[in-house]
Amino acid sequence: MEEILKVESLGKTFTLSKKQQKLEKTNEKKRIAVNHLSFTAYRGEVFGLLGPNGAGKTTTLRMLATLIKPDQGDAVIDGSSIVKNPEEVRSKIGFLTSELKLEQFFTPNYLYDFFSDLYGVEPSVREERKQKMFDRFGISQFAEVKVGNLSTGMKQKVSLVISLVHDPEIIIFDEPTNGLDVITAKVVTDFLLEMKKDGKSILVSTHIFSLIEKICDRVGIIINGKMILCDDLSDITKEKSLEDRFFEIYEETVGETV
Amino acid sequence: MRNNMLTIIKKEFVRFFGDKRLVFTTVLLPGLMIYVLYTFMGQGIMNQFETSEDYVYQIYAENLPQSAQMMLEEMPVEVEKTEKAEREAIKELIANKELDLLLVFPEDFDAAVAAYDSMNAGSEAAPLIAMYYNSTNTGSNSAYRMMTEAFDTYEALLANKFDINAGEDDYDLASEKDETGQFFSMMLPMLMMIFLFSGCMAIAPESIAGEKERGTIATLLVTPMKRSHLALGKIISLSIIGLLSGISSFVGTMLSLPSMMAGASDTLSASVYTATDYAMLLLVILTTVLVIVAALSVISAFSKSVKEASNAIMPLMIIVMVVAVTSMMTDGAPTEWYFYLIPFYNSVQCMNGVFGFTYLPMNIVITLVSNLVYTLILAGGLAKIFDSEKIMYL
Repeated sequence: MEEILKVESLGKTFTLSKKQQKLEKTNEKKRIAVNHLSFTAYRGEVFGLLGPNGAGKTTTLRMLATLIKPDQGDAVIDGSSIVKNPEEVRSKIGFLTSELKLEQFFTPNYLYDFFSDLYGVEPSVREERKQKMFDRFGISQFAEVKVGNLSTGMKQKVSLVISLVHDPEIIIFDEPTNGLDVITAKVVTDFLLEMKKDGKSILVSTHIFSLIEKICDRVGIIINGKMILCDDLSDITKEKSLEDRFFEIYEETVGETV
Repeated sequence: MRNNMLTIIKKEFVRFFGDKRLVFTTVLLPGLMIYVLYTFMGQGIMNQFETSEDYVYQIYAENLPQSAQMMLEEMPVEVEKTEKAEREAIKELIANKELDLLLVFPEDFDAAVAAYDSMNAGSEAAPLIAMYYNSTNTGSNSAYRMMTEAFDTYEALLANKFDINAGEDDYDLASEKDETGQFFSMMLPMLMMIFLFSGCMAIAPESIAGEKERGTIATLLVTPMKRSHLALGKIISLSIIGLLSGISSFVGTMLSLPSMMAGASDTLSASVYTATDYAMLLLVILTTVLVIVAALSVISAFSKSVKEASNAIMPLMIIVMVVAVTSMMTDGAPTEWYFYLIPFYNSVQCMNGVFGFTYLPMNIVITLVSNLVYTLILAGGLAKIFDSEKIMYL
C-alpha cells in the first residue's frame, strides 16, 4: 500500500491565558494539545481519528491543513511537507470544518467560481464539475440564492462542495456530521463512501462510534494529545464492539472509570 | 496563480458594488450629507448676522439733532424721540430684546460738533454719542453696526481732507489665482485628508476584521493563494473604494462652497489650476489612500472584531487629524525634501503646495515614492499577520 500521509512526532503546545488558568484552576502556563503524534494513512483508505473532546483531534487536523504550525515534528502529505511547503499542501488537500465560513452575501454559484479561481481550476473543468456537484447535493435550484438566506443544512452542503472545487486527492474532514440533521448527515457519509470508491484518501476526526464503524478502514484513538492505539478497524473490533473497546482503553489510560 | 490578486480585487468589488445599500451609505451619502450640511451652515451663518430685508429697526433717540434726523430718514428705521427720564426704562426694553437701539446725543449736538476742533483733542473732550444695544439680539446688533457705520461716515465727511481708493480703479492687485490659491491651500488639504481617512475607515475594518470575525477569512487562508496576494488584493480594492468615498465628500464640499462662502466665492475659481496640477493632486491622493488603507488594514487584522478595530483606529485618526490641520497653520509648503518622507504629513504638504502653487516637483516625487514604499512595507506586514496563527485564529 502506498503511504499518502505520514505524520511524524507532531506536537503543539498552547500558552494558557491568565483567565483560562483561573478557569481551570491550574498554574500551568502551557497546555500540550498534541504530544508526539505519529501515524500513517494509505492511499484510498478512510482513516478515522477517534477521541473525546479536547483530545487534540482538531488541533492535529488544523496542523495538517497548515492553518497552524506545529511546534515539533512534521507531516508529509502526498510528498509535500506541511512545515516546508504549506502552499503545496494546501493545493493538494480539501479541508472541511464548520469553522470555515462562507461570505453570506454571495451565491453558491459565485463562490464556486471564486474558489475555483483561487485553486487555479480551468473554467471548462470548473463548469462541468460544478454542474455535477450541485446536482449531486441538490444545490442547483439554490445556486443563485445568497448563502445568508440558505438553511443550515444547505450551507453545510455548499461548504462541502466548495472545499472540493479542485477535486483533491486527500480530504481532511473535521467532525463531518456535527450539527447536521440525520438526512444531511446521511448525505455526507454516503458521499464520503463514494469518494473512497473513487480512490480518494480521507482523514476524518470524530467522537461518534457509529460513524467510524460505518466508513473507516483504520482508526487512531487519541487521548490527551497522544496516540494510544492505531490499527485496522477490523482488528480493533475483533473481540468487542468499538464502543466497549474504546472505554476499556480510556480507563487504562486515564485511570478512571467513565 | 498569479492572477489571484485580481480574483480578490474582483470579489471585493462584486461584494461592494453588488450591495446597493453599501454603495449608498459609503459613496453617495458622505458627499450628499456634506453638501446639505455645509449649504445649511452657510445660510445659517448669514441669517445669524443679517435680518430680513423688510425689517424695520425700532430706535429711540434722545436730543435727536437735525443732522442725524436727516440721515435716519433714509434708513429702514422707525425713530421715536424720548427724554432722559425714560432712559432706564428703554434700556430695560433693549435688554429684553423688545427694542433695538437707544441713541443718546448731547444737547445741541450739531453746534458742539461744529465748534469742536480736533486739534485740541488733548484738552477738550469730543461730543459723545451713546448707543445702547444688545449684541445677542440680531436686530439690535445690526442696527448698532448700521448706525456706527453711518455716523463714522458722517464724521469723516465733516473733516474730509483726503480720500483713499475713491476712484473706479481696481486697487487690489491680488489675482484670482492668488486668492484661490490662498484659500484652497488653507482649507482643502485638511478637508481632503479627513474625507479620505473617514472614507477608508468606513470599509477597511469591515473587510478585514469583519471577515475575521465571521470566520470567512480562514476559508481563504486554506486555499493555496499567497498571503501577499491576499494582502495586496485587499489593500488595492479597498483603496479604490475608499478613494470613491473621499472624492464624493470632496465633490460635496466643492458644490457647497458658493453658499458657504457667500459673496467671496466669485473671486475663487477651480479653473486656475492646470491639468498638471490636477494630475499631481490625483497622484498624491492615490498614494495617500494606499497608505491609509494599508495602515487601517494592519490595525484591523490585529483586531478580533469590527468594533475592536474601530476603537483601535481612533489614535491613528487623531494623529492624522492633527497632521491635517498643519496645512492651516503653515505659510506655504516646506521646501526641504526630508519633510516629504513623513507619512500623512507629506501628503498634506503636497496638497498644500499644489493648491498654493508653491510645490516643488521633486518633493512630490519623494512623497509618491515614500508612500508606495510604506504601502508595500505595510502590505508585507499584513501578509505576515495573515500567516500568524496567534493573530488569525486564537
